[in-house]
Amino acid sequence: MSFFSHLGKYFIMLKGMISKPENSKLYWKEFMHQCSEIGIGSLGIVCIISLFMGAVSALQTAYQITSPFVSKLIIAQIIRDTVILEFAPTLICIVLAGVVGSKIASELGNMRVSEQIDAIEIMGINSKTYLILPKIAAALITIPMLVILAMVLGIYGGRLTVGLSGIISTETYDRGLKELFLPYNVFFAMMKAYTFAFIVSSIPAYFGYYVKGGSLEIGRNSTKSVVVTCVVILFADYILAALLL
Amino acid sequence: MIEFKNISKRFDEKQVLQDVSHVMYSGKTNLIIGSSGSGKTVLQKCLVGLYEVDEGEIIYDGLSFTKMNDEEKKMLRQQIGMLFQGSALFDSMTVEGNVKFPLDMFTKDKESEKIKKVNEVLERVNLVGTNNKLPSQLSGGMKKRVGIARAIVLNPKFLFCDEPNSGLDPQTSMLIDKLIHDVTIEFNMTTIINTHDMNSVMEIGNNIIYLKDGKKEWTGNSKDIIFSENKNLNDFIFASEFLQDAKEMRMLEAKGKKS
Ligand SMILES: Nc1ncnc2c1ncn2[C@@H]1O[C@H](COP(=O)(O)OP(=O)(O)OP(=O)(O)O)[C@@H](O)[C@H]1O
Ligand SMILES: [Mg+2]
Repeated sequence: MSFFSHLGKYFIMLKGMISKPENSKLYWKEFMHQCSEIGIGSLGIVCIISLFMGAVSALQTAYQITSPFVSKLIIAQIIRDTVILEFAPTLICIVLAGVVGSKIASELGNMRVSEQIDAIEIMGINSKTYLILPKIAAALITIPMLVILAMVLGIYGGRLTVGLSGIISTETYDRGLKELFLPYNVFFAMMKAYTFAFIVSSIPAYFGYYVKGGSLEIGRNSTKSVVVTCVVILFADYILAALLL
Repeated sequence: MIEFKNISKRFDEKQVLQDVSHVMYSGKTNLIIGSSGSGKTVLQKCLVGLYEVDEGEIIYDGLSFTKMNDEEKKMLRQQIGMLFQGSALFDSMTVEGNVKFPLDMFTKDKESEKIKKVNEVLERVNLVGTNNKLPSQLSGGMKKRVGIARAIVLNPKFLFCDEPNSGLDPQTSMLIDKLIHDVTIEFNMTTIINTHDMNSVMEIGNNIIYLKDGKKEWTGNSKDIIFSENKNLNDFIFASEFLQDAKEMRMLEAKGKKS
């Protein structure tokens, strides 16, 4: 199928997803369930990655800044800005494309292949609304929260590292963090987080929902969805940077 | 009552259904029989709209299904119960969760009433005490029966069953046939069953359509089958020698009664 027919089908799926829930209580329950699946489910990996990305960027920044004429405060600022602007939103969402995206794609793919989606349709329930909408909504709520957490932990990881390895004192680090801080950067990072959250949930949902064939196809589509999601995230990253910076 | 006229359906090169017309009556167990691959499942899925027909019209109680918009189809489907050939249970939910799902979605009953109703249908399909099992912990035949329980829990107006007793032992199979037959009469449902189980054909075949290579080859009821002259149908139904003998016995009996 060509790129444009995929794109068209993707938007038709999104449009078909918007309809009145047959029973709001059950949809709410499903939404909460997805919040815990997506949010709590990827909490561990997000914590580990953010601590390490803060730590590594601390070491590497210190390694690159050797000149005695540059204020040591700049190390803290570089860590802060790279973590907030790029590492926390983009890197975390690329990881989530693997963690959350593949789960969404294979779950929906399995439901399609084993006719569970047909069973839902036959009951007179809009399967797109019931299965996809709560996932996207949950991603839009929880992924930005995870990104904020990643920012905090990333900066904290940097602080731990500079303190432990004696690059600069933690007091200097803290002072550096407060200097030249642009709140707009956080706003920009959150714009990215919301955009990526939508991409990370809706693209795998598309690949999962429209699986044709058997279990082989589920695996293939779930891999494909992760690849496409990552590429689209990077592309959107570029566009947002060009538009908003 | 479901009426369909001149239904045709093809997948790419393969013509699966060709010009099939028939009427399925309410309060009756309507059977679709035919050998494996003859198009029974595709016909059922066309009738409920999971596959779009290439040609032909489907009419539910005088309303044209083919002409309905999505919202109207959705409303109609809330009166349909369906058992899939592969059961299609929700594998994230327990047996109880599966059977209760339609009740949760479409009724405002109290939780205790819903549980009572679930236990009632589970008892009817002979699955008492499996409430908290997951589908992965069930045998194929048990999954089928949970599927039936889920399909009938809301007393649908139209009931579709794709091979309800494949994979069941003869005794359970009879039980399921009887259950489907009973609810059909009790709630005046229009029931459509795909089967190649000859026992069911003889026991509950009120209105049978025989498909061969996607075409309607024969129609009638279980009594007509015995006296049918149609060679294909005879070969299909009375494939074993044992059944051939049974048929001859029945025919002799009938002749004896006449004279
Ligand atoms: N989604 C599909 N795409 C392409 N061909 C299909 C599809 N579904 C069914 N067919 C073809 O249609 C024909 C009829 O299939 P169907 O599943 O209706 O058979 P059946 O009568 O239900 O058989 P069984 O008794 O084994 O279940 C088969 O030849 C099958 O290959
Ligand atoms: Mg079949």
